[in-house]
Amino acid sequence: MSSGEPIPEQPGRPEDITAVPVRRPGRWVAAAVVLVIAVAVVRSVATNPNFQWGVVGEYLFDGRILHGLRLTIELTVIAMGIGILLGVLLAIMRLSPNWLVSSASSFYIWFFRGTPVLVQLLFWYNIAALYPKVALGIPFGPAFVHADANTLITPFAAAILGLGLNEGAYMAEIVRAGIISVDPGQADAAQSLGMTRLQTMRRIVLPQAMRVIIPPTGNETISMLKTSSLASVIVVTELLYASQLIYSVNFRTIPLLITASCWYIVCTSVLYVGQYYLERYYGRGARERQATVLQRIRAGLLSFRHQPSR
Amino acid sequence: MSVPMVKAEGVHKRFGRLEVLRGVSLEVAAGEVMCLLGPSGSGKSTLLRCINHLEKINSGRLSVDGELVGYRQVGEKLHELREREVASKRSQIGMLFQHFNLFPHMTALENVTCAPLRVKNESRDRAEARARELLGQVGLDDKVDAYPSQLSGGQQQRVAIARALAMEPKLMLFDEPTSALDPELVGDVLAAMQNLAREGMTMIVVTHEMGFAREVADTVAFMDDGVVVESGMPADVLSNPSHERTRAFLSKVL
Repeated sequence: MSSGEPIPEQPGRPEDITAVPVRRPGRWVAAAVVLVIAVAVVRSVATNPNFQWGVVGEYLFDGRILHGLRLTIELTVIAMGIGILLGVLLAIMRLSPNWLVSSASSFYIWFFRGTPVLVQLLFWYNIAALYPKVALGIPFGPAFVHADANTLITPFAAAILGLGLNEGAYMAEIVRAGIISVDPGQADAAQSLGMTRLQTMRRIVLPQAMRVIIPPTGNETISMLKTSSLASVIVVTELLYASQLIYSVNFRTIPLLITASCWYIVCTSVLYVGQYYLERYYGRGARERQATVLQRIRAGLLSFRHQPSR
Repeated sequence: MSVPMVKAEGVHKRFGRLEVLRGVSLEVAAGEVMCLLGPSGSGKSTLLRCINHLEKINSGRLSVDGELVGYRQVGEKLHELREREVASKRSQIGMLFQHFNLFPHMTALENVTCAPLRVKNESRDRAEARARELLGQVGLDDKVDAYPSQLSGGQQQRVAIARALAMEPKLMLFDEPTSALDPELVGDVLAAMQNLAREGMTMIVVTHEMGFAREVADTVAFMDDGVVVESGMPADVLSNPSHERTRAFLSKVL
């Protein structure tokens, strides 16, 4: 483990070695090539008038774009929430000793991973063609509540269902991998203390499984944020569709796509930072804790103040 | 004579086609310390796990404190106990593992308070006060807030002892508690166990520490190939083994 702090001078300690470093011409050439390419790209992006950066700035905080952004975030949060809950449920079902329960979970995962999410979205959008009426009641018995599928399953609801149910299948595998990564001795210890299966799962196994579950879940969330743009095909005015609606009128296609991309990248960056803190929380006890970004800045400032005063 | 704390009669346990216990019978009286010796694969650990109902026995009778393990007898029939009942019985039996199995995401204190809080619904104040006291007894006052990864193996095993004691068990099972420890760390753990024995805890200890067996155990049982080959006072079994297999084993480990 390296702490960035300078080693204090000690009397009688031998001097550090100062040697001429080995020359590495290959690296210099590679660095030069990278630099040239980077300058060319930046220059082209900045000076090519077709990017129309002015228009991007104009629409960045446009009401319709911001509304689309809100829908995108809502879609991501709700669909991911459904996905995670469903994933935990399916993972526990998959590990059940009951054959029927575990096969049901396997079947679900097989089906939803085996079909494209775009197709699933279109199915949910057209669900009324399959089931015109939705009813709530006793299976094979009387129904208490009737609803028209077209009014119940709005485009937004179809998007939530499509994205969430599909995500559940992927999350199930991630959660299952996390659960089986925990040493079975942990469950033995918990049960020998008198904990029930449920308590063991909740207090002992899942918190440890989290270390394995969080990183791929972060990936999934970032992926979900971007996949939610597929909802544009079923007329949900999320970020991408909101920009499309604008450029279909004013034909400023490129700048509006850039506007949408800017917001996507802002959101994924926020998620990235959130994931870092979550991983840090669930990594407790596993190794020396990583410092938070704030702690690192503070440590940096303090190290200036506490210069050796000799 | 009062009811024995642990009584096994003709206990059999199979894993698939492998028969690990082939008719184990033994008795441990309350307050007694029994050391289980024997070569690896002889079924000692499996027997401990059966006593705690972490494994189900296939045939025979196994009882703790006069009550069947995992079953209730109604007339001639055995009924499986509900999960809650099994859990509540397990909570009265402490168990130590070769690899400690501390919860790595909890500090030493949290490891010890976890079960009293969740299983016994004790108040946090009471559980923490008792945990500090127990950690003090095993010599770890200054490691209360350390995570298991920051502790040595010997310290971890002593936290595990405190964790088990926090449930105020009437019986303690030790599954090779010192086998995974560096030699210089074994002493502290054995000392903690010896204190427990002195306080009158009923203990079954699977161990290869012959010195501990000789000094602390009231009885020693030697297991081989899924049966108890012989048992008796440590002085007799360890010094004058009557059975050929015991003699062969002891000549290798002593």
